[in-house]
Amino acid sequence: MREVVVVGASLAGLRAAETLRRQGFDGTVTLVGDEAHPPYDRPPLSKGFAGGTVGREQIHLRQSAELSATWLLGRRAVGLDTGRREVRLDGGETLGYDGLVVATGATPRRLPGLPEHLPGLHLLRTVDDALALRDELRPGARVVIVGGGFIGAELASTCRDLGLPVTVVTPLPLMVSALGPLSSAAAKRARRHGVDLIEGIAVTGVDADERVRGVRLADGGVIPADVVVVAVGVVPATDWLAGSGVELENGVVCDETLAVRGVDDVVAAGDVARWPHPALGGGLLRLEHWTNAAEQAAAAAGRLLRGSGPRFAPVPSFWSDQFGVRLQGIGLPGLADEATVVDGDASGEHFVAEYRRGGELIGALCAGTVKPLLPYRRQLVGAFA
Amino acid sequence: MHIVLDPDLCQAYGNCLLAAPDVFELTEATPVVIVRQANPGEDLRAEVEEAVRSCPVQALTLEHA
Repeated sequence: MREVVVVGASLAGLRAAETLRRQGFDGTVTLVGDEAHPPYDRPPLSKGFAGGTVGREQIHLRQSAELSATWLLGRRAVGLDTGRREVRLDGGETLGYDGLVVATGATPRRLPGLPEHLPGLHLLRTVDDALALRDELRPGARVVIVGGGFIGAELASTCRDLGLPVTVVTPLPLMVSALGPLSSAAAKRARRHGVDLIEGIAVTGVDADERVRGVRLADGGVIPADVVVVAVGVVPATDWLAGSGVELENGVVCDETLAVRGVDDVVAAGDVARWPHPALGGGLLRLEHWTNAAEQAAAAAGRLLRGSGPRFAPVPSFWSDQFGVRLQGIGLPGLADEATVVDGDASGEHFVAEYRRGGELIGALCAGTVKPLLPYRRQLVGAFA
Repeated sequence: MHIVLDPDLCQAYGNCLLAAPDVFELTEATPVVIVRQANPGEDLRAEVEEAVRSCPVQALTLEHA
């Protein structure tokens, strides 16, 4: 293998490229990124960066010294020809490859019925999104956040830190994807910190003149707003792969070693990748966690170089800083049917909870210190082996 | 293999501890992670590399000595 193209120049793309070098690949590595910026860290965007306490230089992702690569930033991949082994870029240029890493991540989901562009209406995925939002989080601004996942909850926390009145409207319980059966504890914590939380009601549209003025709810209510942020999840960025032969189904479908199904010498990693995981009995899993992007990219790069690889069966891990606590979890607590708090109070500053599905351990979650997760992690490593 | 921790960056997430529990330690007595083995054996390389990759604030560096 002489030429590797990595499409996607964020965390997964960068870690994949670095791993190629660390494992001795001395051919060419080309990274293609649709944002104009070199790789940066996204987790701070909803937290300190949006709040203005973390600056641009602090979110720069460090690159290993031995990474010698060609960077095509501000360039978008628009097509893939697996027969000719070429990636087609916007502008018509093509890049040949022997090996391809798909790490295009995901794009924010839009709400039907909302305009694509309207002053005061925001999505939050990129640093440019975050800068635009930060400019509008001025004293007195009434903020409405649509969506109660990681981004919605963390941004609500940031707004409260800034002293802004904030309403979160979410059809699903707050943080249910991470907390599963314990999501009511997240709701309790958010309300204690002054968030006006509206769960179980959908948003149907916005009121606007030259900018957004409010959010319309399915029950007929209207919430006045100066700033509205839509944070209702993401869609894997696979448009450019349509018709390429790559198997697409809520992401790029991989085998258990992260080789992309349907084509040769293509691997995938990060938010875009969906692969069989033993926690689901071999069912397909797609994760949007920072730690998964880093780990999966390293595994995928190794798989690409060797032409074979071990089963990728990690114990997922994630964190979320919000409302004065750091939630840290392992496994897939969002899929549990049963949760037990074994120490502390799930809405407090210190707790440990274990999660089961069909009676089997599937995850654990804590706040305060990560150490109590260690025995659960060992158990899950064994269960997924 | 030599591990360098930047105590100014470390925020005690402890992801390193999850990845390599024999190499890192976290106690309530210190605000940052403690590197128990700064020069771990090669048998721990995979765990240590995962620990370095999984640090949310890039506080860990691996020097290949």
